[in-house]
Amino acid sequence: MIRRLLAVFHARNLEFLRDRGTLLFTILLPIMLVIGMGFVFGGPQRPLFKVGVLGAPGDAHAHLFLAERYVQFVPLPEQDAALHKLTHQQVDLLVDFSGGTRYWVNTDSPKGYLVEKLLLAAEPGAHREPVAGAALRYIDWLFPGILGMNMMFSCLFGVGYVVLRYRKSGFLKRLHATPLSAFEFLSAQVLSRLALILFITMILYAGIGAIIGFHSAGSVLLLLLLAVTGALSMIALGLTIAARFSSEELVGGLLNVLTWPMMLLSGIWFSLEGSPRWVQWVAHVFPLTQLLDAARAVMLDGAGLTQIAPNLLYLAGTTLVFLAFGAWSFRWRID
Amino acid sequence: MSAPLLEVSSLVKQYPATTAVDSVSFAVPEGICFGLLGPNGAGKTTTVEIMEGILPPTSGEVRYRGEPLGARFREEAGILFQKTALQDFLTVRQCIALFRGLYTHGLEVEEVIRICALEKLAARDARKLSGGQQQRLLLAIALVNDPAVLFLDEPTTGLDPQARRNFWRLVESVKARRKTIILTTHYMEEAELLCDEIAIMDGGRIVAQGPPRRLLSEHFADVLLELPRQDFPESARALPLKLMEAADRVEITTDDLEATLRTLLAAHVPLTHLRIRPPNLEDLFLELTGKELRP
Repeated sequence: MIRRLLAVFHARNLEFLRDRGTLLFTILLPIMLVIGMGFVFGGPQRPLFKVGVLGAPGDAHAHLFLAERYVQFVPLPEQDAALHKLTHQQVDLLVDFSGGTRYWVNTDSPKGYLVEKLLLAAEPGAHREPVAGAALRYIDWLFPGILGMNMMFSCLFGVGYVVLRYRKSGFLKRLHATPLSAFEFLSAQVLSRLALILFITMILYAGIGAIIGFHSAGSVLLLLLLAVTGALSMIALGLTIAARFSSEELVGGLLNVLTWPMMLLSGIWFSLEGSPRWVQWVAHVFPLTQLLDAARAVMLDGAGLTQIAPNLLYLAGTTLVFLAFGAWSFRWRID
Repeated sequence: MSAPLLEVSSLVKQYPATTAVDSVSFAVPEGICFGLLGPNGAGKTTTVEIMEGILPPTSGEVRYRGEPLGARFREEAGILFQKTALQDFLTVRQCIALFRGLYTHGLEVEEVIRICALEKLAARDARKLSGGQQQRLLLAIALVNDPAVLFLDEPTTGLDPQARRNFWRLVESVKARRKTIILTTHYMEEAELLCDEIAIMDGGRIVAQGPPRRLLSEHFADVLLELPRQDFPESARALPLKLMEAADRVEITTDDLEATLRTLLAAHVPLTHLRIRPPNLEDLFLELTGKELRP
């Protein structure tokens, strides 16, 4: 039995080691994950709270609160923008050290509640200012992220593996013998997946809305348009990966290389406020970031078509680029 | 003779370690069944896949109705690959309808189902068909655009004898509709039954081409005698006979049966297991290449 087991073990190892692409990504993916996690969560001490500081940064000797550990202080020069970030839970507390210490807190934020205790322990005389307008719960901010994440996985993995299976089974080769073009085939895959994703997203939107309720200030039709363009862009991105390769492990690795950075950097779970500028710039390259930024603008701020037009254009443009690249690099059969 | 429907000129397909197709040229007139014969690895499938426009050649070209392969060819060609998987969870009728939707012109789905005798299977999941039934479905898909030229790449490999004969009957009915058929096979019986003209391939080259009967009459006398190798003594090899050696037998071709039998008897060759039969394409391949088609 051991001999047979070793024979199969050896053959499988050879198969894996000779699949150079897969091997490369198996090694590269964990390295990239370590680097990515390091940038996002790294630093000498991971802050638990984000506090926006209005105006002058304040003197750490004069203000004991500034010496608190596990609190990241983010300079926010504009008061209106800073209050917007507070109500949208992108910072947990907003403080102004110019003159007497004043602060604003989102009363619906558990982290805001805790960091307020820290502030008052360090500076008992700090004066709490009222927050104008409705403060948002974390779930209101998180909800578009959850929908977007579900769309991302369905778009990338759903399409990627299906096309790969068609290629491996020879079904693509048979289609190649017909008048069907690569662009037509890919477009059909995109539309089919799009219909499925929209259906599922609408069920989630209605279902979660009915069960826990969430804040949505903007137009539902605009959200639908966003969902369509966002899904199209991410499906087309998945197709660029599936367009050429025939190894499940390689395609799986490549899809992970795409999904993990989006998971970490697109703002699904937490805001990138306070992250290095280049990290925020990289995050905005991802279609998911564009989708979530626009969806939150519509749902939380009631943004209209004009405000989210740049995001829509970006998503539509990347869809065309990804589809064109996918059609160009498409392989009907295993080389 | 009508103008060729397909012309293959100086076709070469080179891979890093081997030349799969080596300067192959031939023409296929409209309305005939043209067979590409040869053992596994002879270059048949590679040649046919280049003709189908699936595989690019290293050099040379294929012309359809005098033009390079293009949109018209894709509309008018029907193809049955050696191995084809279909989309999961579709019924037989849905599989045919899917492919019908890819062509501008063609037959009605129900007509194709009738032609390929799939009426009773039309609602069945395509994954649950037997080997013979699956080949009938793949033939139906190949016929769905009412093709002018039909490619059949080893269509009966792996089928049991009954399923094979059923499939041959279907192909004969397609032939009767004046379709041009390109058939690759290593079953000589299949080629003799269906093909009007054949090209025999070996090592990527065509070693003989023409109508089967003409090729046989060019290379063989009237009859062929077959003896088990162990019954044929070494001393008999010096006899004035035309011999061909296969793995398990010795074959003698002659146009004077009586004289050959007398020679063998005089040399005390045991004739108990002697078989006398007309030569076939398998013998022709042995004669041309010194190898058997199915060793």
